[in-house]
Amino acid sequence: MTYAQSKALSTPASISTASAEQPKISVIGTSAYLIEAPGAFDLLAQRRIWALAHAVEPWPEIREVVPGVTNLLVILKQTPEEPAQFEARLRHEWDGARSIDLTGKTVEIPVTYGGEHATDLASVCDYTGLTDREVVRLHWQGNYTVVALGSAPGFGYLHGLDPRIHMPRKTVPSLRMLKGTVTIGGMQTGVSVLTGPNGWNSIGLAELPMFDPMKDPPALLAPGDKVRFVPERIEL
Amino acid sequence: MIEVLQTGPLNTVQDLGRFGFRNAGVTSSGAMDRLALSVGNLLVGNDEGEAALEVQTFPFRLRFGRDMTVAITGADCGARLDGRPLPPWWAIAVSAGQVLELDTPRRSARAYLSFAGGIDVAPVMGSRSTSLRGGFGGLDGRFLAANDRLDIGGAGTFALPPHGFGAKPPEAALSEHFPASDDGTLLVRAIPAGEHALFGAEEERFWTQTWKISSQSDRTGYRLSGEPIRLASPVELRSHGVVPGVVQMPPSGEPIVQMSDANTAGGYPKIAGVIEVDLWRLGQARIGSRIRFVQSSVAEARSAERAVEAYLEDIHHTVPMLAQALAAMARR
Repeated sequence: MTYAQSKALSTPASISTASAEQPKISVIGTSAYLIEAPGAFDLLAQRRIWALAHAVEPWPEIREVVPGVTNLLVILKQTPEEPAQFEARLRHEWDGARSIDLTGKTVEIPVTYGGEHATDLASVCDYTGLTDREVVRLHWQGNYTVVALGSAPGFGYLHGLDPRIHMPRKTVPSLRMLKGTVTIGGMQTGVSVLTGPNGWNSIGLAELPMFDPMKDPPALLAPGDKVRFVPERIEL
Repeated sequence: MIEVLQTGPLNTVQDLGRFGFRNAGVTSSGAMDRLALSVGNLLVGNDEGEAALEVQTFPFRLRFGRDMTVAITGADCGARLDGRPLPPWWAIAVSAGQVLELDTPRRSARAYLSFAGGIDVAPVMGSRSTSLRGGFGGLDGRFLAANDRLDIGGAGTFALPPHGFGAKPPEAALSEHFPASDDGTLLVRAIPAGEHALFGAEEERFWTQTWKISSQSDRTGYRLSGEPIRLASPVELRSHGVVPGVVQMPPSGEPIVQMSDANTAGGYPKIAGVIEVDLWRLGQARIGSRIRFVQSSVAEARSAERAVEAYLEDIHHTVPMLAQALAAMARR
């Protein structure tokens, strides 16, 4: 089977104009530039990041663009001879970048909340002052948007977590968190796609396969998709 | 075909990596020492990016299923063909039934076995590299086991002098472009990254102290132990893309350098990024060995990159010339 290199984003559904704040641009080594949108983690910032990704992806010197959570990593094929010039081009592109909304699909993810795999639900309750029922309800009632994929194959970072259940990542990660664990990490939520170490807080388990290397595209989720968690069982 | 007779865990099929899917969370994988892989491929007449074996646990033994041409690069493992020693960084024609053995190297960590025609496993998402974390690519997404058989693409042979020939190892050929210390500590050049400034006065200790590569290090990342470096107050970053070479500072204050199987995204503060041209040296650094970070610049990195490009170009030109000369001699 052959694959075309995946485009970072699907087709824009709408485009609107942008504001004038400056992003932070930093480097990782010699050929990766990270552009971080100013301001809050909201869909406005994310849409401008998506617009920037769209604009930059076709540049001939680009190897990959990786949208993150209100940020964009731009990886070059080679170390630029004039890094300052390249950074200036990125800033210029950001200034002109508008906001795009992506035509996403809606994905429903059935979840067993609580139970033996929700090992951090009690500490989320302690931290937030909410009961386990309230934590679970606030989580499944949310309307989420996939802002980016990363960290593991097919893992989606979701926007839309109720601020009442924001919960910092753990200082000591779980060593062997199960694939499919529904987690909260700071203001983000997601479903783990690999069994292994994980610093996010576990509140449930989902069994929907999120990634298949033999499919095209291999990942179930894409930026712009909407996600709803459907409480299949609640074990409290 | 080649048949694995003896292997430790974690030996895998790797090429130069899988690009274009980081936006789906798929790590690039690929050889830890990409330079050794490239040289090995060039020595057997391949393109630089053909799939080869990365051997990092020893002893390793394989039997050749037919006549073919093989190159051994990277760590010097005292390679023996049917018991006869072979020089390091060497390519040679072998016959069906012969056995190649590699022992634990005294220095450096990983050896590469390249075969004329390349290892013929199915590419997944454009690469033959094994993704151990993802469980795909290479040989069924797993590491090699005894009795595994691997097909070699094409004719599998490439004309070589009777006793083979070799390349000057990059450490010797490029010594003036890669700084060495007096005490054997590996000097790794890096450029300050996004959250560098947040470390304030702590930051100097990152560059001055010698870090030890801990036993919790693998193809995903190297964990370094030393005197911790902490932020005055912890920050939680929004998840962002990262690349191999990023030096992250988790709350423990001991750096993690992401390597070939790097996570594609991270949220830890980034104190520095290893320049790409030095990654192969870090990929050859062994658990327990010591490294020190040296602040570098894009200009210095470009200069080293040019030297590496010229070195590869030289091998790329010389190998076919040698092969042609040989063919001409054979016709006489």
